[in-house]
Amino acid sequence: MTVLDVKDLSVDFATEAGTLQALRKVSLEVPANRIVGIVGESGCGKSTLINAVLGLLADNGAVTAGQILFEGKSDLVHLDGNGMRALRGQKIATVFQDPMGALNPVLSVGKQMRDIQYRSGLSRKAKDALSVEMLRKVRIPDPERRLAQFPHEFSGGMKQRIAIAMALLMRPSLLIADEPTTALDATLEVAIIELLKELQKQIGCSVLFISHHLGVIAELCDEMIVMYAGEVVERGSTRDIFHNPRHPYTKKLLDCDPARLSRREPRLPTIPGTLPDLRNRPKGCVFQARCEFADDACSTMPPDRAVSASHVARCWHTDETAGAAA
Amino acid sequence: MLRYALKRLGLGIIIVSVAMVMLFAMIYVIPGDPASVALGPRATPEMVQALRSRMGLDQPIWIQFFRFYFSALRGDLGTEVLSGRPVLDVVFEQLPYTLALIAGAISWSVLLGIPLGCIAAVRRGGFVDRVIGVLSVAVIAVPSFVIAIYSLLIFAVALQWLPAIGAGEPGNLASQLKHLALPSLAIGVGWVGYIARMVRASMLETLEASHIRTARAFGLTDRRITYSYALRIAILPTVTLLGVGIGNMVSSAVFAEIVFARPGIGKLVYEAISVRNYPVVTGAVLVTTAFFVVVNALADILIGALDPRVRTSFD
Repeated sequence: MTVLDVKDLSVDFATEAGTLQALRKVSLEVPANRIVGIVGESGCGKSTLINAVLGLLADNGAVTAGQILFEGKSDLVHLDGNGMRALRGQKIATVFQDPMGALNPVLSVGKQMRDIQYRSGLSRKAKDALSVEMLRKVRIPDPERRLAQFPHEFSGGMKQRIAIAMALLMRPSLLIADEPTTALDATLEVAIIELLKELQKQIGCSVLFISHHLGVIAELCDEMIVMYAGEVVERGSTRDIFHNPRHPYTKKLLDCDPARLSRREPRLPTIPGTLPDLRNRPKGCVFQARCEFADDACSTMPPDRAVSASHVARCWHTDETAGAAA
Repeated sequence: MLRYALKRLGLGIIIVSVAMVMLFAMIYVIPGDPASVALGPRATPEMVQALRSRMGLDQPIWIQFFRFYFSALRGDLGTEVLSGRPVLDVVFEQLPYTLALIAGAISWSVLLGIPLGCIAAVRRGGFVDRVIGVLSVAVIAVPSFVIAIYSLLIFAVALQWLPAIGAGEPGNLASQLKHLALPSLAIGVGWVGYIARMVRASMLETLEASHIRTARAFGLTDRRITYSYALRIAILPTVTLLGVGIGNMVSSAVFAEIVFARPGIGKLVYEAISVRNYPVVTGAVLVTTAFFVVVNALADILIGALDPRVRTSFD
């Protein structure tokens, strides 16, 4: 079963300088019990995608086309505020990037965890018991006492664990993790990744894991999605994409990963050129200006070509890119 | 917490001491001899001299000051020139009226200002926000005595809903509250504007915070997010503002007590100044200063109660 099925989703933002097309025909699937990674540079639309799924787009943003199917039925695009609130935190939970700011600084951890359970109808005691159980799962020592404490009394890594505990409290079927380890140092990052992996198995939810750290994606995710300038340029199993990238952008992105360099380089590689202006998108392929394979065909929008059963790239030149991996 | 309280106490003593030096200096440099003013033009030089020595005015200035300072610390603010009653009694007799007036003004400003600020922030950029914005600036800009006189004309004279002058029958709470409504509104209405602006600004800032996004992502209702998760943080600058603003309200109380013919510290000081009843002036101002210091400490404690981060830094 597919937990989240996004089909041809487009999101526009009205700005003073004109309409900004933040997402263009984005399609992706998150199967049940799988961890799917989204990778992409800043500004590629990762956050917009999450906000669209959560129904939390800014006031000037709107879904102009497409569907977001959750558990095969409800189209989140057309769900009203109440229906959306009933899913958020209960069925779709989120862990955000900044653990320092993600918790309310003036309310105790226990109070915030109780408030998440406001739809459960449980007694205060039962809610607290569930919170304690969850805190224990994310390995917060002495959770009973810790419930009464405030976020500033915890370290950054602990705060992120608490955020994870809060997200998993209602046993959601989808956990969206928006760069949950970016603000943490490397040792904590590993610990959080391990924890997520373990809890995902225990709870049996799917995870949509956003990161710009290729190593983390490779380690954690079963499938991955590569985004560039508001489009999904390539998606497939993590293995396929790392070993046989078929979109020129994915190839370049992998070439730039310092962990994958085979020898010492005096200068780290970069992708020449800059992101296109999203207010004034190029006709056709969004990557053509920076692409070595670009030709006349690229001035019309490329199709999502299936290179194998579960591997899709939005490019005219998937045949030429095959096997050209470094 | 104890260290913090001691620090506040020390600070309070310094503030009151500075106020005492300034008061003492002011009375010293004002032209006119309090003794001869008190006794009137027909007093003989002997009578004036006798009163001067009774008031201690013939002593060297520093002795006068230390006498003044240490007896004040003991709670002895001297005696009223004419009746010979202890000044502290006279001041404390009037103090409850002024406290009620200021409490009323704070109630108006908080009960109107905070909801208006929240509504403006939630409806940011909309029609309601603009109306609240214009009204806030208007009540800040119009001097409160103008509002006092107009509210008198409208509610007391034309509509006759509320009494115009006095403090109400003693022991009759309803009557006292009715008498309190207009004068406290006159003082508080400008603060409604300040608080509405302040709450709106800090609310907008707080609503942008990432923990508010978290709360939304957990499906909490907008009402709970605004009034429980955001307001509790957005209210903090307003508490500080009010703590400081009490001083301003006390000075507004002077005119309000005169316009509405209410008893109170303001009226007491006003009348004492016009007859150069200096012990009463200094006593009343000192009590007011001490009141200001206490209120500020209370505001800080309130902030500590609302914000656990501040509470930790108390230690």
